[in-house]
Amino acid sequence: MSENNIVLSIKGVNKTFGGLQALGDINLEIEEGKTHAIIGPNGAGKSTLLNVCIGRLVPDTGTVEFAGKNMIGMQPHDINHAGMVRVFQTPEIFPDLTVLQNVMVPALAKRDGIFKFNAFSSLSAENNIEEEAAQMLDDLGLGAIKTHQAGSMSRGDKRRLELCMGLIQHPRLLLLDEPTAGMARHDTNRTVELLKEIKERGMTKIIIEHDMHVVFSLADKISVLAQGRIIASGTPDEIRGNPKVQEAYLGGAEL
Amino acid sequence: MAAGQLAGRQFPSISHLTVWTVMDALILQLLNGLDKGGAYALIALGLTLVFGTLGVVNFAHGALFMLGAFCAVTLQNVLTISKKVKDESITFFDAYKETPYLEIWWGDTGAAIIDWVVPISIILAIPIMLAIGVAMERGLIRHFYKRPHAEQILVTFGLAIVLQEIIKSFFGANPIPTPAPDIISGSANIGMMLGLGESLVYPWWRLIYLLFAGVVIFAVFAFLQFTTFGMVVRAGMQDRETVGLLGINVERRFTIVFGIAAIVAGLAGVMYAPILPPDYHMGMDFLVLSFVVVVVGGMGSLPGAVAAGFLLGILQSFASMTEVKAILPGIDQIIIYLVAVVILLTRPRGLMGRKGVMED
Amino acid sequence: MTTPAIRNDWAVMAIFTVAVLTAPLWLAPIGANYPDLLQKFAIFGIFAIGFNILFGLTGYLSFGHAVFLGVGSYTAVWSFKLLTMNVIPAVILGTVMGGVFAVLIGYVSLRRSGIYFSILTLAFAQMSYNLAYSVLTPITNGETGLQLTQQDPRILDGPAGEGLPSTTLFGLEMSGYSGFYFCAVMLILAFYISLRIFRSPFGLKLQAIKSNQTRMKYTGFNTKPYLLVAFVISGMFAGLAGSLMAVTDPLAGAERMQWTASGEVVLMTILGGTGTLIGPLLGVGIIKYFENIFSALNEATLHAFFSFMPDWLANVMVAISSQFVGEGWHLTLGVLFMLVVIFLPGGVMEGIRRMTAAVRNLSKQKPTELEPKEAEG
Repeated sequence: MSENNIVLSIKGVNKTFGGLQALGDINLEIEEGKTHAIIGPNGAGKSTLLNVCIGRLVPDTGTVEFAGKNMIGMQPHDINHAGMVRVFQTPEIFPDLTVLQNVMVPALAKRDGIFKFNAFSSLSAENNIEEEAAQMLDDLGLGAIKTHQAGSMSRGDKRRLELCMGLIQHPRLLLLDEPTAGMARHDTNRTVELLKEIKERGMTKIIIEHDMHVVFSLADKISVLAQGRIIASGTPDEIRGNPKVQEAYLGGAEL
Repeated sequence: MAAGQLAGRQFPSISHLTVWTVMDALILQLLNGLDKGGAYALIALGLTLVFGTLGVVNFAHGALFMLGAFCAVTLQNVLTISKKVKDESITFFDAYKETPYLEIWWGDTGAAIIDWVVPISIILAIPIMLAIGVAMERGLIRHFYKRPHAEQILVTFGLAIVLQEIIKSFFGANPIPTPAPDIISGSANIGMMLGLGESLVYPWWRLIYLLFAGVVIFAVFAFLQFTTFGMVVRAGMQDRETVGLLGINVERRFTIVFGIAAIVAGLAGVMYAPILPPDYHMGMDFLVLSFVVVVVGGMGSLPGAVAAGFLLGILQSFASMTEVKAILPGIDQIIIYLVAVVILLTRPRGLMGRKGVMED
Repeated sequence: MTTPAIRNDWAVMAIFTVAVLTAPLWLAPIGANYPDLLQKFAIFGIFAIGFNILFGLTGYLSFGHAVFLGVGSYTAVWSFKLLTMNVIPAVILGTVMGGVFAVLIGYVSLRRSGIYFSILTLAFAQMSYNLAYSVLTPITNGETGLQLTQQDPRILDGPAGEGLPSTTLFGLEMSGYSGFYFCAVMLILAFYISLRIFRSPFGLKLQAIKSNQTRMKYTGFNTKPYLLVAFVISGMFAGLAGSLMAVTDPLAGAERMQWTASGEVVLMTILGGTGTLIGPLLGVGIIKYFENIFSALNEATLHAFFSFMPDWLANVMVAISSQFVGEGWHLTLGVLFMLVVIFLPGGVMEGIRRMTAAVRNLSKQKPTELEPKEAEG
């Protein structure tokens, strides 16, 4: 594996909250085009790790290098434009806008950059953006409700809308925080199919997930986080057979 | 040369005099500042208490201060209801003068009651302000706990306009003199007391106001510190949701907290009446400043409100000294706002604000 | 998809233009067609449209917008004093100065959000107001207000004639209906800009900031410049409105900057409907019209109005209603304000929307009500 294939490289990241170590000496490398799952019990520091990646939290020590550039201290919007996009666990949508507009906004971000004063062009002339957004909504089964107000959607639909908002930016690295939590079974299956499809298109993903079915059907590589430390990393088969993981995380349960 | 010698000879005594006058002026400004700060602190205390426990931004809080002052005015008006009585001292013709019934009935005792109207109003103001506060909370504020802050601001702003216009239609637009009792309407010779020289005098009533502000602030803190009720309120200011979950009757407590805030603001108003003759827009004038005080102190922080109140009062008072104004013209007009801007930009949570209060 | 929407915008503009220009005709039946009032409609309309671009789209509640109104007025009067009585430079300079002040105040205030933003704008407004009354007297003429004098240089105009000159548009006097039409053209322009912003990607992004600013940052937008631009645009609208006040009456006083004036524009916007295109204009119309009617009423007119009642009842009615008219107009305003915020936070526009929805429901319900009966039969 040559160096060039590493998209994201996390080195020696530590983060404490008031004496409590949330992340301890995290080292992680994500390869281009692969899906890397991070699993671990609640409170293991998974979401903290994602927050460090997208610039929501600044680690005490360590570096986060994305595409060869250090991301520490960069503004969230700059990290977004560098190509690292996060899909939030609790839906962070624009509740007052329509479903379609919710997807158009990130599409505009991709096109307009961090700031563009396009106050005198007409929104209804943005055919490309609108079509792309509508297509994305159709793909995720939200096409029928695209004119609804986003705040009034069910929780599962909001999760899918979140996914749309992330995918429409065609990020180089997509960070998924429990993309199927709160979804009904058939929706979960559908999302997994979709994620498999985008994997084939070559999008790199980090995925945090509780649902082992989802993890093992998607991940190329799995890292196990427990109490802020990575206790194991490897292919799904390696992880499945790793007794340390079974003990620390799964309490000996069969995978 | 002669002038130089003269100046040289006089130099020590001039400097001596200057030191004393500067000291006097500084102490005077300090007292002025503490006085003004006392009023700011009392209003800001209620404002931040309501904000911290109820989560409501109350733009009508200044109106409560104004209503307090008008409690004194009303009592004064009632006590001085008069009838025309023949003036015996004038013998050339029939002269009549207005004499309050109280004086007619009780003679000197009646006159004394009228003289002491402002202190008496305090007793009257407590139940009245409590009633107003409870009515306001039950009738209006309660329905806005869950609504956005912008709507809370707007509806209480409307209420403030309504209250001040009602007062205006009853009492007119002009300030109404409401003097302090005769015996304490003079000035205290503070210079003598502190051994600083006789020229330093300060009105008694303002000293009393300062003392009064201190007592009320102390009482509120003691109440919150040492009673079970206060404990719950303080816990609520820390974490509103948890207290709600403990099964404590939050609603009734909210009403009482609002009532307390109304009483504190009202008392501040009653006592301020002799210092500043009340008019209908005094509440608004103080409200804007009090909001600045609350923000500087840190939203939802009681000690912060008190500290910021006194701090800003003193700063404003020193900024209005002629010497300061000569260097920085207009500084007295903007000092408070300037401090607020600087503090908000450098310490977003104010002097003693907690994390997570009203952020985004 | 594209063409109908854009055609729709042009239709809106055409209707709006015709409505504004013919206002003297269709406002005649309610007695609101005299120039003074019409000018106020147009000027406050611009002010409220501008305020709505900030508050309606981004949700940032400024309590200091009157500063820009005052700055616009002072600038315009100075333009009349120093340059020319022609209104064009006055309006341009007033707008620009409103923008300059908005950049300064906005840059600092927008570092905070929510109530802190409101307090910061309020603090700046109070500072400006206090300074205008005190140390800035050489510029503002303090309590008297800035006025024209015969000694003014007016370097672009020829030698002064007798008396004080009046404001002109290349010779056309800006008083009465011509003043109104000048303001009306500005209003149409302002409305057009506002329409374009509302229907633009930029406008959508502003609405997204209002809905969830944190998300906007992680979506890849730097929200600060967006907010600042919206703030400056609305400041320039206020500056324009302020300079138009000076155009129709060349006088500027500090009371225009008082925070109650800022409160008034908030009220007008809310009353009409925040975040809607037409709402703020409706709010302006309602408030300025009733202000005009109510403050002109007195006890005599009330007696005449209630004369059909028995005397004692008429007296009671007069006693009650007289509190709300004339001097008491502010009381009416306060009550109205509270009622709107309590019962109709979306303003008049929401009222209209609810009513049309109710009517639509009513007409839909009739057939569905019949169906079960038929099933029973």
